[in-house]
Amino acid sequence: MNKLSAAPLSHDAVALTVNGASRVYRGDGLRRLADVLRDEFDLKGTKIGCNAGDCGACTVLMDGAQVCACLVPIGQCEGSAVTTVEGLAGGSRLSDLQRSFLAHGAAQCGICTPGMLVAASDLLARLPKPSRLQVEDALGGVLCRCTGYQKIVEAVLDVAQPAEIVQAGHVGASTAKVDGPAKLTGAERYGADGTPADALYVRAIRSPHAHARFTLGDLDAFVTSRPGLVRALTARDVPFNAYGIYPNIKDQPVLADGMARYRGDPVAAFVGSREAIEAIRDEDVPVTYETLPAIIGIDAAKAALPIHAGKNGNILADGGVTCGDVESAFGSASHVAEVEYETSFVEHAYIEPEAGWAERKGDTLEVHVSTQNPFQHRDDLAQILNLPKEAVRLIASAVGGGFGGKLDLNVHPLAALAAWLCDRPVAYVYTRPESMAASTKRHPAHVKAKAACDGAGRLTAFWSHADLDTGAYASWGPTVANRVPVHAPGPYVVPHARTRGTAYFTNCPPSGAFRGFGVPQSAIASEAAMDALADALGMDWLEFRRLNALRAGDRTVTGQVLEDSVGIVETIDAVESHWRDWNNAATDFNTSSPRVKRGVGIACSWYGIGNTSLSNPSEMKIGVAPDGRITLYCGAVDIGQGSNTILTQIAADALGLAASEIRLVMGDTARTLDAGKTSASRQTFVTGKACELAALDLKAKLAKLTDRSALRNLPVDNHGDVLTGYGRFDPPTTPLDENGQGVPYACYGFATQVALVEVDLDLGTTKVLKIAAAHDVGKAVNPQQVEGQIHGGTAQGIGLALMEEYIPGRTENLHDYLIPTFGDMPEMICRIVEAPTKHGPHGAKGVGEPALISTAPAIFGGIYRAAGVRVTKIPVLPHRLRAAIRAREAKR
Amino acid sequence: MLGSRAQSGLEPLPPRYARPKALEDALALRESGAQIIAGGTDFFPARVGKPLYDRDVACVLDLTALPELRGIREEVESYRIGALTRWTEIVEAPLPAQFRCLQAAAREVGGRQIQNRGTIGGNLCNASPAADGVPALLALGAEIELLSRGGTRRLPLSDFILGARRIALRPDEIASAILIPKPNGAAHSGFVKLGARRYLVISIVMAAGCLDVVDGRIAGARVAVGACSPVALRLPALESALQGATTSDLGRLAKAEHLAPLTPIDDVRATATYRTEAALIVVRRLLQELSA
Repeated sequence: MNKLSAAPLSHDAVALTVNGASRVYRGDGLRRLADVLRDEFDLKGTKIGCNAGDCGACTVLMDGAQVCACLVPIGQCEGSAVTTVEGLAGGSRLSDLQRSFLAHGAAQCGICTPGMLVAASDLLARLPKPSRLQVEDALGGVLCRCTGYQKIVEAVLDVAQPAEIVQAGHVGASTAKVDGPAKLTGAERYGADGTPADALYVRAIRSPHAHARFTLGDLDAFVTSRPGLVRALTARDVPFNAYGIYPNIKDQPVLADGMARYRGDPVAAFVGSREAIEAIRDEDVPVTYETLPAIIGIDAAKAALPIHAGKNGNILADGGVTCGDVESAFGSASHVAEVEYETSFVEHAYIEPEAGWAERKGDTLEVHVSTQNPFQHRDDLAQILNLPKEAVRLIASAVGGGFGGKLDLNVHPLAALAAWLCDRPVAYVYTRPESMAASTKRHPAHVKAKAACDGAGRLTAFWSHADLDTGAYASWGPTVANRVPVHAPGPYVVPHARTRGTAYFTNCPPSGAFRGFGVPQSAIASEAAMDALADALGMDWLEFRRLNALRAGDRTVTGQVLEDSVGIVETIDAVESHWRDWNNAATDFNTSSPRVKRGVGIACSWYGIGNTSLSNPSEMKIGVAPDGRITLYCGAVDIGQGSNTILTQIAADALGLAASEIRLVMGDTARTLDAGKTSASRQTFVTGKACELAALDLKAKLAKLTDRSALRNLPVDNHGDVLTGYGRFDPPTTPLDENGQGVPYACYGFATQVALVEVDLDLGTTKVLKIAAAHDVGKAVNPQQVEGQIHGGTAQGIGLALMEEYIPGRTENLHDYLIPTFGDMPEMICRIVEAPTKHGPHGAKGVGEPALISTAPAIFGGIYRAAGVRVTKIPVLPHRLRAAIRAREAKR
Repeated sequence: MLGSRAQSGLEPLPPRYARPKALEDALALRESGAQIIAGGTDFFPARVGKPLYDRDVACVLDLTALPELRGIREEVESYRIGALTRWTEIVEAPLPAQFRCLQAAAREVGGRQIQNRGTIGGNLCNASPAADGVPALLALGAEIELLSRGGTRRLPLSDFILGARRIALRPDEIASAILIPKPNGAAHSGFVKLGARRYLVISIVMAAGCLDVVDGRIAGARVAVGACSPVALRLPALESALQGATTSDLGRLAKAEHLAPLTPIDDVRATATYRTEAALIVVRRLLQELSA
């Protein structure tokens, strides 16, 4: 040991090169390179998505080779050259690769983009002209949840001959993302990127039990015993300890008060230095749990005592639609098909875990957070802290993916409470396991559906019931329970229908909003029923759908007469050639392939744009400064889907400007007006219309000026503007009556997707080979972004269909919970259909959620055609499909 | 060590990180109870949201500054792969056909980032039932070399990995190399992995096989299956059935009873029943791939 003590074993100083500059790190050599880059060297372009090598967001080059910076101890960087996204080009300049990403729209939310760019740089240095497969192999270690990978592959393949970066800002142009350069250089600031250097951190201690009474020990003594901890927070510290999406259902505590209702419920929290917070081991915290029987699953919920007082049968909400005389219609039908499906919890798996920070400024509070829902979150925080709304300012950071998961409060209440009580900036960044344990999920659904038609193939009746597992708290459960019955029959004329959706409380994670609000689950059942009816008739699946598809002038099951903008038939027409060609090719393939079979499925879908029968207005304002500079004050948050660009285009088009001439302020409750939530595929449609109206208002005001120099003589408002255009739009809807009759939405998006799949009968594996997706978006404000939404939605549909199943306590990471990778995407063909709505800007509707709905049922149709079986438990994991195939083969 | 300082009333020393450049320093630290880190690809994922230093760990010993533990070398009777050799180095090394199974497995370890850092020795010491490297190394008849201040010992892989997350590494030892015997005659090998997605996937089932071929007949066969038992296992009955066979259409020789040693479980990736059935298919496909 004497010899050892003489040897310089402890690496207090590590000398390395970062982006070409010499750097010396002093400190613990075991720290993750990712943390050192971000916190010591202030290179925030390296993103942390999982800290486990599962997502690749933190990919950097180390001596030219791509590595996950979360898996490299800084001590190993001694003498190494590290390159981050900031080092790929000089300053704000873009490299050829970055330009190609911008031109192709390869970044959506942008959180994976630094990792993608670095991984691609590694590849291109080795192989300047890679094949598609080589690109996929090289980038396969980086996950993206937005893009479906297609445009990323294209951007890498095209780097030598980059496509044009479209600068034109008019509606209909594939304008490059206005926030693209920031996302491509690493300059964009997400929830975890703006934390002040002197901030404290807060972290919740979460129940490891699905249902338990708990008692907190002496947390103050725990704090005192640990240098760096500042204080503990418990339910008693929360002025109003309840929140929720619905004004009348505030059932979720900021900190649970003696009762944990799901695995992940926060029971206490600690505030302190980051090091002190990270040093806490959950098992050291004095909490005593008395476990209670956990209510897992809908059947258990129906039989159990209420999880929430007064909610008998554990029913949170139910909704239904009734039209015509369903019983008689089924009685006189020529054919009836019945199906039953069960789906699983699905995790949003945005690559950016929830993050934000809060700062008290006297009697006011400022909260910076990654959110889809800034105004409601401001209101909720004010209520929780017992402050007037005006005392809370919420500023949305860039959002690294949302998909509905960042519509609920997450880090903000505890960061805000801690900042308020400690009078220090306080940050909260979820780890990946915490994000997965704590956040909302897609509702598991148990759907039974029955459909009937006459001898000519006309649908006559539809019945369905969806039981939905809404988890421990209400969240968006009522929305889902209401949306499902309205959409359940699909985009068809159905004269007699009775549909129902019921949401049950369980001791599972709260199910909330997730791209499609329950419609994807219910479409799996209804589309399978359509296939079965067509088969009973001996009719082509596509023809059956075209025969029954809604057309302008038709009445929906809620009694709404669709006057215009019904493009479902056009979407069917748009994929018809693929349907026919792929079916023929699959038949040929199957004749010579005994154990690997191909099949083609088709699915149609519809989706009401905006909130269901609720007022959901957007307000926008556009200001002009004395020097003529235009600013769009945009309360709508871009979560990667592209509203910053879409809304800029709509404003630019109305004002006759280039997109680059418009400055954007996003999601700041003190500077922008309320443009509602980024949900329900509503931003292009609702906020887009408000934006158009605001731009036209400003244009009219500008037209009254003799010339632009007159701006200099006008009084300046507190935004620095002299003139402001204002617009407001609330889509016209009516409440649904007790039979679910009314006008729930002002317009609907429609889609048809065709999937060619290949099934290995012996292993039960499914590969999606091709998908043709036709979507009626009313008007494609930005066709490239519409395609990006379709690609990304389809990828999530593939995940829902084939691999995604969240199990509390078992899949709280991105290697046990699988989302599609580069190699899981099919060849994609997108067809944009434009059946304009008179309500939307330039006729535009929405596409975000419609992009996902048809994918899973189309895949399941393909599997049925290939393997002759329907797996009724979703996702169709290999073992489930193999079991179904085995059962079928045994029967023969 | 921490305990005794605490008992004596002294503040415990903070744990420390050490990355010695001399093997003797590393062995001395190891003898004093240091915990090992190498590629980091298992170390950090096990500590997400947790302190990096485990309770009661006084020192984390980083082996990566020891070049003698890295690299591939041909010796008289075997190939020697340093325990710190990274997967990418194995993929890119000009190795004989015998090594195809290991190279194919190396391409399936995580993504390229993981392959660029993860080490073959670490994969064995982590002892995951689904470790991608283990079936291939079993098929290659690998031994592992363990070093301590007291000396060097060698163990067959099956004596080293004792169970899920259990290995025969003594607290004073470090794994220094993998030794792979040269075959009798021409050997070729293969690897088949089954997972629920294309990249970054933990195997449901995997199989590796290596055949020594003399005069068109199998003179030696080693076939191993992973992710179907706590430790990947060789299938002696199948290997016997292959012995002496000509190399055409080998898939037909694999029978369900050959898989009797496997003890698959139900988990989030698949059921035990499925694994049993899929293992046979995967083994048959592997043998078919290895057929002439």
